[in-house]
Amino acid sequence: MVTHSQSERAGSAPSPASPPDGVVERSRPGLGERLAGFAERSWRPFVLLAAIVVAWWAVTAAELVEPYLVPSPGDTFDAIASRPEYFWEHTWTTGYETLLGFVIAAAIGVFAAVVMVNSPTVEKTLYPLLLFAQVIPKIAIAPLFVVWLGFGLGPKIVVAVLMAFFPVVISMVTGLKSVDPEMLQLSATMGAKRGQTFWKIRFPASLPHLFSGLKVAATMAVTGAVVGEFVGADAGLGFVILQANGNLDTPVLFAGLLIMSLLGVLLFVLVEWLEYLVLPWHASRRGEGTTTNL
Amino acid sequence: MPPGSTAERVAPMERPLTDPGHAVELDEVAVRFRTKRKDVTALQDVTLRVRPGEFVAIVGPSGCGKSTLLKLASGLLAPSSGTARLLGEEVTAPRPDVGYVFQKAALLEWRSARKNILLQAEMRRMPARQARERADELIAMTGLTGFEDAYPHELSGGMQQRVALCRALLHRPPVLLMDEPFGALDALTREQMNVELRRIWQETGTTVLLVTHSIAEAVYLADRVVMMTARPGTVAGVIEIGLPADRDYGTTMAEPEFARATRHIRDHLGAAVAAD
Repeated sequence: MVTHSQSERAGSAPSPASPPDGVVERSRPGLGERLAGFAERSWRPFVLLAAIVVAWWAVTAAELVEPYLVPSPGDTFDAIASRPEYFWEHTWTTGYETLLGFVIAAAIGVFAAVVMVNSPTVEKTLYPLLLFAQVIPKIAIAPLFVVWLGFGLGPKIVVAVLMAFFPVVISMVTGLKSVDPEMLQLSATMGAKRGQTFWKIRFPASLPHLFSGLKVAATMAVTGAVVGEFVGADAGLGFVILQANGNLDTPVLFAGLLIMSLLGVLLFVLVEWLEYLVLPWHASRRGEGTTTNL
Repeated sequence: MPPGSTAERVAPMERPLTDPGHAVELDEVAVRFRTKRKDVTALQDVTLRVRPGEFVAIVGPSGCGKSTLLKLASGLLAPSSGTARLLGEEVTAPRPDVGYVFQKAALLEWRSARKNILLQAEMRRMPARQARERADELIAMTGLTGFEDAYPHELSGGMQQRVALCRALLHRPPVLLMDEPFGALDALTREQMNVELRRIWQETGTTVLLVTHSIAEAVYLADRVVMMTARPGTVAGVIEIGLPADRDYGTTMAEPEFARATRHIRDHLGAAVAAD
């Protein structure tokens, strides 16, 4: 049954106001209510973050370490505030590389997984190659891409794709294979074509797995883009960090690191939000029902 | 059989012009599985005929190949030797003219109850309106009214199994194959589902082949009960159930014929197990 009436607990006869089947429809909460709910659920990490910033500030204010080694939070934020266009431009470059790398990695990953699941021969042939591509240290082959593709966007995107696509393939293959075999037999007795079985059963069933892969891939894509910038670039946060490193300009270096991390978090949250929209039915989204004293 | 009900029963299916004679026909079938280390004979020398409109239950110990029989009849599995025929036609590939219900409801968790039922129609490309009307009819018949828009995780085991039953009946299959459909339900729900299945079978007139562990369930529901022995699975005997067509649950349980039939089956299966 959908829900059990709260009045069962009381043991008394249902009050005249309660509907006969014990189900009360509630209206959807408004925006203000939902924002308040969000704040209530997620204030903890922000408090922790604030505590870390305070600790950072305390260390620098007490001059426990030399300021040229660890700049104060104030100096770091000043570094950004004094040159907003500079940071915006380079963040944009890295963000663009990351996003493009992520999207391409997701597309290639999903495609490769679908092909491999549909043909055991292809899977046996391709899998070792994929593994090989994954275990090559990206930092080691990044210079090669610069030689091949120049100093533009090319090598950064290639490194980002290489780093991000492996978790997508692995999770998607697992997802496509996780379908209940009885569901597939049922589909066969429905006279379903391969395509129908894929789009109506296999693909939707694989999405929860795919999204875990995409979340890992989102964080990898940022690393990939920055690694690409390290080996040869004239723009991007990797370039900013390398330059600041050369000038011993730690506030800018810290600022670059901070923005880079935020970029990764932003992409991760974006994927989570997308998951929330696409998979409202998934078990991880369902909370246990709570009792109410209304 | 009366011509009116026959047309109703197989409406969307193309029925061969010649009379098929039997709805399901297994002719000396054997099934051998090959694993890495050994070959296992799951079924041996099984012959079984089910008349159109008949309700046949198959009982037997675990691992006697009961489920395998249903897979042979529907073409999900090919026999190692012998032939399987469905509606007079040799089965060589998965057959779309059956309805299948498993022990697990096997519902798609991203679809509501109604949408799960309509999956059958979508796969078969049935006209949308006709499918919707048929779904409504089945929802009412199985007592799912009020739960059409609930998702599988919001439904109890019994309700989920009703959805699976509706999905299996949507295209008015001439043959309904049920593989321990109520095995995972609690005793009370199970009795209730038995009563409803009996009623639904009488209303639809479809041929039913039911695999079950429960002797009482088999006797209450079926016209004939097939008893099987394990390793390798063979037919140990078939018993006709002489109960009236109208079977009230409580009354039927108290009938001498019910006691006779269950006792006979229990003795038979017990003897088979002892001889093992």
